[in-house]
Amino acid sequence: MEIRQMRKRNTVIALILMIGSFALIQALIMGGVIRSYQQVTLATICINIILAVGLNLVTGFTGQFSLGHAGFMAIGAYACAIITLKNGSVAGFLLGILAGAVLATVFGILIGIPTLRLKGDYLAIATLGFAEIIRIFAQNLTITGGAAGLNGIPKFTNWPWLWAFTCLSILLVNAFIHSSHGRACIAIREDEIAAEAMGINTTKYKVMAFAIGAFFAGIGGALYASTFYILKPTTFGFMKSIDILMIVVLGGMGSITGSVIAAVVLAVITTALQSFSELRMVLYAVMLVAIMLFRPQGLMGDRELPLPSEWKNRRKKQPQSAAE
Amino acid sequence: MDQFLQQVVNGLSLGSIYALIALGYTMVYGIIKLINFAHGDIYMLGAYIGFAAVTIGGLGFFPALIAAMVLCALIGILTERIAYKPLRNSPRITLLITAIGISFFMEYAMMYFVGANVRAFPDVLPKTQYRLGSVVINLQQIAIIVTTIVLMVVLQFIVHKTKIGKAMRAVSADRDAAELMGIKVDQTISATFAIGSALAGAAGVLVGIFYNSINPLMGMMPGLKAFVAAVFGGIGIIPGAMIGGISIGVIETMVSGYGSSMYKDAVVFAILILVLIFKPSGLLGKNVREKV
Repeated sequence: MEIRQMRKRNTVIALILMIGSFALIQALIMGGVIRSYQQVTLATICINIILAVGLNLVTGFTGQFSLGHAGFMAIGAYACAIITLKNGSVAGFLLGILAGAVLATVFGILIGIPTLRLKGDYLAIATLGFAEIIRIFAQNLTITGGAAGLNGIPKFTNWPWLWAFTCLSILLVNAFIHSSHGRACIAIREDEIAAEAMGINTTKYKVMAFAIGAFFAGIGGALYASTFYILKPTTFGFMKSIDILMIVVLGGMGSITGSVIAAVVLAVITTALQSFSELRMVLYAVMLVAIMLFRPQGLMGDRELPLPSEWKNRRKKQPQSAAE
Repeated sequence: MDQFLQQVVNGLSLGSIYALIALGYTMVYGIIKLINFAHGDIYMLGAYIGFAAVTIGGLGFFPALIAAMVLCALIGILTERIAYKPLRNSPRITLLITAIGISFFMEYAMMYFVGANVRAFPDVLPKTQYRLGSVVINLQQIAIIVTTIVLMVVLQFIVHKTKIGKAMRAVSADRDAAELMGIKVDQTISATFAIGSALAGAAGVLVGIFYNSINPLMGMMPGLKAFVAAVFGGIGIIPGAMIGGISIGVIETMVSGYGSSMYKDAVVFAILILVLIFKPSGLLGKNVREKV
């Protein structure tokens, strides 16, 4: 088949998957099969997909190890909560999401510029430190409600909103990865020094990926605030960052479909083990170690399900591997 | 002035605990370039082992300390053998994620077995207080500082005067060359984990007698702060970890004494970030050029 036909076919598949998932779940909600209890899981899945796709761009595609995703999520969540508490309309909700995402992006750039000079585990620790600082401020400022947090945040999220934001995030990140900027990011992951030698401004692209990751973390956080109508600073601790990282690692670093699948799988496991919280964490930990020992590339590696333009890559790769 | 001296004394005892944990971080990092996230949890296990030794075994302070150190050393060796050894040639990110997994495993397995509630550590030392002028020092603080000094002297002796110490320094300088010289690298790495974990176990018991309360998640924050201390002093450098630990302890007590205790953790992390940005090699570290 021609490459162009392939791409066309894959675009169609992606569209069918997206519209199909929307229609199916909407029908299940209207038919009363998915009750409000399962809707919480559904919301968690969508929020986690948004967060994981953003982190995957930073960690999986650009190769910059961040342990501070929860910090950006906290910024988005608090910004949205504060705005919707003042203005409880749909306009306020959308403004809150926008404000949360933009504020998180600004922090992403501010934090990214100094820390992205660091490499590997130093970067991980520095981002962790920043996330902890953000959490400690959330815990002590009056505007964020201190240690008690904020509650009574108006709830706007429902399935259509969550679906729209999730699809939008996936499509935007996918488009970014397949743009020349995205290619530059992947080049940095593969070999930073070689990428620099090829004329790629590594700092610029690393900060760009970091800022985009923070942007989506902001959106995820804002949706979180609106879904659970209560925010506590302890929610956004180190554990939350690990939760998101876990999704990225399990799905495969550098695979968006992997992140989506892992977000669904983990949410289902979490819901099933709801009543054994400690055992759930033990299982989580064992799973994390086992994945690293036996399948460090995660479920999907860096492959994708047939999404647009992915086939093109695989075609390109084949002659290369034959040459090796 | 008196208050300042009092804060220094308090800071020194807290800093000693950080220093003991930081030593383990720095030794392990020096030898296999791994930030052993599970190290803070070894310290937590040390506290629980000490607790069990005192309450169930009816032991005193010193036997409990020794028991915790020996068992933690074994746990350290075991985690290295099971989780880190198979990954020796993997990317460092893989190792780091594994270490985080091990850390969670220890925390929540412990929570599953002993429960999440805080336990009161029994008083193994009498609550005697000594006055030096207007500065009050209690017996617990003296025990912490003295134990730390003794352990550091022993550590310096092991690292600089014994064969295994020489092997550790060799492996940390160049693993391949050390292996070619006939040094048993696996054994040396195990020994490093054992010594580091024993120090963390000792710190666990010491913190138990100092704060009188232990819980399964107690290792998280001190673990991170001890790591900050190790980076502050220059990671991979043993005297650096000692200086770093004590500095972080004193800074933290000063911030809670004169500023706000709410922000003491934020200050510690801010120091970490400043150090990483301006002098990533730490106080005692040398800059190493990256080779292409």
